[in-house]
Amino acid sequence: MKVIIDEEMTNLQKAQVVDLDYYQLIDLDGNSNEKQISNLNLDDSDLSSMYEWMLKARQMDKKLLNMQRQGRIGTYSPFSGQEAAQIGSAMALKETDWMFPTYRDLGACIVNGIPIQQIVKYLKGHLEGSKTPENVNILPLQIIIGGQIPQAAGCAWASKLRAEKDITITYFGDGATSQGDFHEGMNFASVFNLPIVFFCQNNHWAISVPFNKQSGSETIVQKAEAYGMKGIRVDGNDVLAVYKATKEAIDRARNNEGPTLIEAVTYRQGPHTTSDDPTKYRDQEEVSEWTNEKDPLVRFERFLEKRGLLTEEKKKSLMDEFDQKILNDIKEAEETIPTTIDQVFDYVYDHSHSVLQDQKNEVAQRILAKKGDIHG
Amino acid sequence: MANLTMVQSITEALKQEMERDDRVLLLGQDIGKNGGVFRATDGLFEQFGENRVIDTPLAESGIVGTSVGLSLNNMRPVAEIQFLGFIYETMDQICTQAARMRFRSAGRFTAPIVIRSPFGGGVRTPEMHSDSLEALFAHTPGLKVVIPSNPYDAKGLLISAIRDENPVIFLEPMKLYRSSREEVPEESYTVPLGKAKLVKEGDDITIVTYGANVPFVHKVATEYEGKGISIEVIDLRTIHPIDFETILESVEKTGRLIIIHEAVKTGGVGGEIAAHISEKAFFSLSAPIIRITGYDTPFPVTQVEDDWLPNVQRLQEGIENVMMY
Repeated sequence: MKVIIDEEMTNLQKAQVVDLDYYQLIDLDGNSNEKQISNLNLDDSDLSSMYEWMLKARQMDKKLLNMQRQGRIGTYSPFSGQEAAQIGSAMALKETDWMFPTYRDLGACIVNGIPIQQIVKYLKGHLEGSKTPENVNILPLQIIIGGQIPQAAGCAWASKLRAEKDITITYFGDGATSQGDFHEGMNFASVFNLPIVFFCQNNHWAISVPFNKQSGSETIVQKAEAYGMKGIRVDGNDVLAVYKATKEAIDRARNNEGPTLIEAVTYRQGPHTTSDDPTKYRDQEEVSEWTNEKDPLVRFERFLEKRGLLTEEKKKSLMDEFDQKILNDIKEAEETIPTTIDQVFDYVYDHSHSVLQDQKNEVAQRILAKKGDIHG
Repeated sequence: MANLTMVQSITEALKQEMERDDRVLLLGQDIGKNGGVFRATDGLFEQFGENRVIDTPLAESGIVGTSVGLSLNNMRPVAEIQFLGFIYETMDQICTQAARMRFRSAGRFTAPIVIRSPFGGGVRTPEMHSDSLEALFAHTPGLKVVIPSNPYDAKGLLISAIRDENPVIFLEPMKLYRSSREEVPEESYTVPLGKAKLVKEGDDITIVTYGANVPFVHKVATEYEGKGISIEVIDLRTIHPIDFETILESVEKTGRLIIIHEAVKTGGVGGEIAAHISEKAFFSLSAPIIRITGYDTPFPVTQVEDDWLPNVQRLQEGIENVMMY
């Protein structure tokens, strides 16, 4: 296996246990190599900001999970455990870069401009819940596994054809690597040398199927070799390692040096969705390990505490601040005027055809009649 | 004016749109140096270069998927699927992704792509090349489906499709590619999408058809003039959205309706037209609505292709049938 990795991590041996055979900057106790950290060119406020996004994402995820349990939003796919992978990668992007996320990438989305309020509207089934703000280049959350991957390649292609410097990142999970669209997107990106980063969060589980039943390959990153593109396997629960790997991949893409596949090894701490019961198929010891000593927030907190950038008090006050902000966003989303049935006809085509127009008129009359009932 | 075949008029439409708008680019298998397996992109690689006439890897979902991405980022891709029978490989990218991009983003993102694909029977292709699958796309909200029946319309409809803000499936009847020539204006022009063409006026029967069936239906209808039966022929041109107004107006006059298409009968476009006319013009009808279509089998082996497809005999039987009422 010839996987291209950062020079600083070359002391890792191929023969090591798979879970250790990846790029890491912070160990489980929060220790790091000062020279490696200073090479990141992140100052204390950048490091704090990274943590704040991770914490906010975690708080949002918990809150949304609770809301689903209370019946206030529809089915939800929690992402707790994947904050380092999502925040570390998203923070390496520029504002004008393009992002093709999946339904489990809400952490990455909020960093680059999707308002939490919009996410709540989406989960509450509002028609405009996937309406990305005008200046934000983030596509609606992909539902079909792998469907966004060739699209992301096409988007990157457009930037390249116009000689623009924007790059595209697409997120997907380990399950998506089994799809044909993963292959086709990777292949096109490689053949046409497109400015794209394929960011795979290997969270070990595709609903109930573990990675060893998903693929006969030992890793995901080794697939990069077959496509003739660069690849890096990174500790996906180490936010700084993820940031560095993604930043390098993005810089290469921006310099027209081609695509990169990143495998970020992480873990889905919760169920696939709120309809799923993972106790049926996975070992609680495994879950416990990943939600405690391997948790990405715990690790980064230890790192920041050692550097004097975080205290228990500070953490508590940040949590209170974010909870309040998230509650406000939820309140505003819940106060948004609900979608009415006549609106579904407005975004099928740029101009409705006559059959659609007839159907819209039909429901509009029913709405009018209903109003008449109430007022009469 | 130039005397062109349909495939030449398609090439001319692509060429003129690429000259007009540098966002227009072509993607497909063998469309570059080779000029396409039917030569629909002949000469365009030489004129526009490899960044605008792109030979892609052999991957239908990749072709359409990257086209969707290109269109999201302000390009106007025209993808060629070499034969329509291969399009199932990319159904998700068309029907789930491109078709609902506008809807699911509440208008923030759109996917104005054109997918061109040769299709239809009568040319003795290998298996799985000839199927008429237009109903699949007509059944998918968000797509437009266009099928030309002559060189003039092919050019004008394709130009309209490329300029349209919605994803358009543009299906080209293989049988008509070189079967006739027609005077086609050299300048650029459009034929509007969503508007049927009245091919021949008549008072007794309305025949609605499209694509490869139009020429023979027109011929048979003209012959019936001598037998005292006056047949109106409508060429749909756009399969979705259907121009029901034109059909309704005609049926209200004739009281009889025959729908002809090569696609299999069950779940076909003909059933949709029949249902719509029954809902809107029930009291104008003096005979049952008849459908003459491909049978409900896979597209057959070449030895029975002509018996499977709508043909003169089947049309004559249909005409005699509705005239009994």
